[in-house]
Amino acid sequence: MSFAPFKTLTSQTLVLRTQNIDTDQIIPARFLTTTSREGLGKLAFNDWRYDADGKENNHPLNSDTAKACQILVTGHNFGCGSSREHAPWALMDYGLRAVISSEIADIFHTNSLKNGFLPIVIEASAHEWLLDNPGVDVTIDLETCEVRLPKNGGTYPFKTDPFSRHCLLAGQDELDYLLGQDAAIAKYEARNV
Amino acid sequence: MTNETQKSLFDKVWERHVVSFETHEQPATVFIDLHLIHEVTTPQAFTVLKERGLKVRRPDLTLATIDHSTPTLLNEDGSRPYVNEQAKKQVDLLLANAKTHGITTHGWDSPYRGIVHVMGPELGATQPGMTIVCGDSHTATHGAFGALAFGIGTTQVGHVLASQCILMRKPKSMCVWVDGELSDGVSAKDVILAIIANIGVGGGTGHVIEYRGTCFENMSMSERMTVCNMSIEAGARAGMIAPDVTTVAYFEDKVMAPDDLAQTASDWLSLASDPDCIYDKEVRLDAADIKPMVTYGTHPGMAMPIDGTIPQENEKALTYMNMQAGLAIAGTKVDTVFIGSCTNSRIEDFRVAAKILKGKSVAKSVTAVFVPGSEQVKAEAEGEGLDKIFLQAGAQWREPGCSMCIGMNGDIGRPGDLIVSTSNRNFEGRQGPGVRTVLASPATAAASAVKGVITDARGLS
Repeated sequence: MSFAPFKTLTSQTLVLRTQNIDTDQIIPARFLTTTSREGLGKLAFNDWRYDADGKENNHPLNSDTAKACQILVTGHNFGCGSSREHAPWALMDYGLRAVISSEIADIFHTNSLKNGFLPIVIEASAHEWLLDNPGVDVTIDLETCEVRLPKNGGTYPFKTDPFSRHCLLAGQDELDYLLGQDAAIAKYEARNV
Repeated sequence: MTNETQKSLFDKVWERHVVSFETHEQPATVFIDLHLIHEVTTPQAFTVLKERGLKVRRPDLTLATIDHSTPTLLNEDGSRPYVNEQAKKQVDLLLANAKTHGITTHGWDSPYRGIVHVMGPELGATQPGMTIVCGDSHTATHGAFGALAFGIGTTQVGHVLASQCILMRKPKSMCVWVDGELSDGVSAKDVILAIIANIGVGGGTGHVIEYRGTCFENMSMSERMTVCNMSIEAGARAGMIAPDVTTVAYFEDKVMAPDDLAQTASDWLSLASDPDCIYDKEVRLDAADIKPMVTYGTHPGMAMPIDGTIPQENEKALTYMNMQAGLAIAGTKVDTVFIGSCTNSRIEDFRVAAKILKGKSVAKSVTAVFVPGSEQVKAEAEGEGLDKIFLQAGAQWREPGCSMCIGMNGDIGRPGDLIVSTSNRNFEGRQGPGVRTVLASPATAAASAVKGVITDARGLS
């Protein structure tokens, strides 16, 4: 599976200040009986956004402004808990392409990169600035690995695994690379029967 | 003095499985010895295989079961009351996909079917020194055997099906040392809750934890599994405990144990960390300081001693939990008690519960749901008459599965209910919308079922 290349992205930010947002919040387990990866955006943050009778409530995530944002900014340790890849699938289908936090959980981080969704861990001062200034236009530049804040917010570097960056810039998934290692894998298998 | 020839358990297992080394440009390619699969996180991976015309590279190293979306009750006619058509479709799809690709499956007719992390060890499929993955974050459970075991997402499930490898940079290492003797009435669940409360829910992020010290050395394999199981709740990729004589003895009656157990065992024992190996991070706790633990908030790091008062922090969590800072947590009214999940659904857990419940009754206001981790656990418990003790006490004794830990099969609480649960996650809505989860050990859960309020089992006569 390939996805749209990710080079630069400029968008208003959608800010959720909550810390430790787990993947059960991003998409509750009862929706994981799906056998496809499509159409999960309406279920993103389901239990925050809908009342018990299924009606949209007044949570900011339901506003048209929020739905137009492509960059999510959250409190510390985003995406902890369950390994469900439905979490980045749901966020992407909601309309997001990247998340910025001061810490992002490992499995969610890995899953995101595999889908062209960019997880960015940024230094504390820039993170706080973003939390305090919701709705600003921010630019993420994956070629230079920088986040550019508006006004006099400054420019902040972020680290991305070089291999994942290469795949994101090219819109390539990693399976072809793995399949290309067939000979090395066969050699390993022969050595370790 | 330390030197680079001193390796940790994690270093040794990692190095044995590197197909191609990590460079600045690319991650390592790591070979996977055992790929456990279940119905929830595989459908989209099999779809990718189909779309690309790929085969499963090593069906012989892949093992399937059904556990998450499966009903834990039976209809009178023996049929299964799925929560909805989609859940049934997902289960049927796993069985069909596994059949198509020649993958050994412990489905409805297998005496080994169970929660994937209970089943693997029971079969002896999980072995020391292995790399084990599964599309489930509690795969860390298998680290109790000195395996490097971790959860992966569905894309990587596809990678492993197609190539038997994953791409990964080597995580950092962390050692959690716990020395000393646990006090009476303190269990492995209390130990891991105390550890998570100490290092925090993100304290292990980017790390593989090795648990070392006499506290873990004295534990049974079941207890070690409880500890490693919840490594992910501290954010860690994996948790590991070095193989020792307890580990080797576990395999004596396992169907998939190596034929030459004695010979293999000497290799397993050589995996233990070298005396002067170094870790990126170390934490020390004293076993004697650990008390029975319960959670009071909305993530597993919000845990406290059961005889303490609710801490004054995180107002949002306390509001959700309808708990008040400064009050004792013991005595809080309980609606449901769940004993089960990959954390605490093994025979040892039910023996603890049965000891407390024998000759007693579940409080009238409490629904007690006991769900064995596997068909093996169920059969063994029934062989010992534990089911009768539970049923006589007024608890439910159900069919194996993940059940109320994740609630995917419809086993959930009502909004506002407080569930004392032996599972691993107390996130908002984890056991149903609006449900309040208090994580606890099997002993605390059983004692709370009897009293109808959160109860310290140590005080129960």
